[in-house]
Amino acid sequence: MKINILAFGVTREIFGSSEISLEMTNDATISNLKYLLEQQYPRLKQLSSYMLAVNNEYALPGDTIHERDEIAIIPPVSGG
Amino acid sequence: MNTQILLSAQTLDIQSCIDWIMSPESGGIDVFIGTVRNATKGKKVLKLDFEAYEPMAISEMNKIAAQAFERWPVQKILIHHRTGLLQVGEVPVVIAVSAAHRDAAFDACRYIIDILKQTVPIWKKESFEDGDVWVAAHP
Repeated sequence: MKINILAFGVTREIFGSSEISLEMTNDATISNLKYLLEQQYPRLKQLSSYMLAVNNEYALPGDTIHERDEIAIIPPVSGG
Repeated sequence: MNTQILLSAQTLDIQSCIDWIMSPESGGIDVFIGTVRNATKGKKVLKLDFEAYEPMAISEMNKIAAQAFERWPVQKILIHHRTGLLQVGEVPVVIAVSAAHRDAAFDACRYIIDILKQTVPIWKKESFEDGDVWVAAHP
């Protein structure tokens, strides 16, 4: 399946785009996605931390990704 | 409605926040106003640029308000946050809480800003004379 990942802040700059597409297997998890992202964008490993969100909720490493989910990469937040 | 959440690219209107939070049932109102400071670790800050993942930021701010209502006997909660470019002295965030008694208003207001800074997907880029930095991005 093809998934799209929204990116903000420093991760938008690392990706060079506010949205990227990746091809993943149908039963892929959040940890699979992190592995793939870090292979393609090694600068992610230099961040203090980052999370992934699925459909506007923070996701856990074991969560499964489905086609058409809204996925976003969330670098360390700094609002307020 | 006892909650008002706003993400805005326009200047936040502090007086309208206070007008909304006031009610005859309240005995106290606590207002936190965040402002853009002119320096970070001794370095002169020129401006801040705020970016939000808007639908999730709204959803996380609503969650924090719901948690505050569960924990304290508060009456109304307002959270307004800016996006876009802000100059020194401008206001990126206003939090207002009303309650019958002041302790609940103080405690809930403190809780809301503390959790907002940890969970709400909003990012700021600080501009210095020698370049820009995404705050907290790197160790």
